[in-house]
Amino acid sequence: MKYIVRFVRFWYDFIVGDDWTIALGVVVAVCSTAIVHHLGLPAWPVLPLVVVVGLFLSVDRVRRSHRVPVDMGSGSKRSDG
Amino acid sequence: MHTVVLFAAAFLAAAVEMVEALTIVLAVGVTRGWRAAASGVLVALVALTFIIAVFGQAITRLPIDTLRLVVGTVLLVFGLQWLRKAILRASGLKALHDEDAIFRNEIDALQHTPGHDWYGFTISFKGVFLEGLEVAFLVVTFGGTQHNVGLAALASAIALVAVVVVGLLVHRPLSRVPENTLKFGVGIMLTSFGIFWAAEGAGADWPAGDASILVLLAVVCSISFGIVAMMRRSLRVEVVAR
Repeated sequence: MKYIVRFVRFWYDFIVGDDWTIALGVVVAVCSTAIVHHLGLPAWPVLPLVVVVGLFLSVDRVRRSHRVPVDMGSGSKRSDG
Repeated sequence: MHTVVLFAAAFLAAAVEMVEALTIVLAVGVTRGWRAAASGVLVALVALTFIIAVFGQAITRLPIDTLRLVVGTVLLVFGLQWLRKAILRASGLKALHDEDAIFRNEIDALQHTPGHDWYGFTISFKGVFLEGLEVAFLVVTFGGTQHNVGLAALASAIALVAVVVVGLLVHRPLSRVPENTLKFGVGIMLTSFGIFWAAEGAGADWPAGDASILVLLAVVCSISFGIVAMMRRSLRVEVVAR
């Protein structure tokens, strides 16, 4: 059982990661692109727009919950993603 | 199509796909380790060889749009994870020193655990498998329409050798690039390719065709740096206000 839990957790962490709203936003954006295409409208702007807005909102949510700036440097060592 | 044109078209198309795969493999190798990257490449090549040998001409009937939709969506979600974390680190919103500790713990764990880096393996595998499938698709379609699959396959093989040689030459300089800078770049590339493929798979037509990838790279890059600048300024204002 624990192996199944680990397996599911691995794929959840791998695909969804820290912020599940990004994954949900991408799925909604891809579906919206397909719908807009089927309506006969230019569908290519949908995905870039949703991705940019979603990325900004996700980072801004961290900024708003962030109280103490930890480091203003730009280099770092490797770690996951 | 003249023989030279067929060769050039197959070579260039295959080279573009292989460079995309090489970019992903190099990124995985530098950030996650060469063992995981190499094993991902190896398994992808075995899987590709098996699929091509078994299905042969039927590869032209594979629903490439469905493949692009699924792989593009996963790649986009994954790329956004990388980009988001890289932006948070570059902005100062994510603790770099804590990351150092995590890095040491991870390295320590990797050195003392006989486990395998499935993250690195899967990304490397996915990149090589999808691009390899596209190369196979291109070879069969380009070559098939001219009844000269052999020449198209030869052009792709030469493209593979050229791309691998370039990869071997650039992987050392690449390993000296600061980690978060590299992850920023990889996040931008995965996000841009993900947007391109997922949108194409969903039925969208890009105004400039394949060249739209370059525009997407520029747009995603500019916006990411813009977000970093905004977040940094916001943090400075917060510090001054105290």
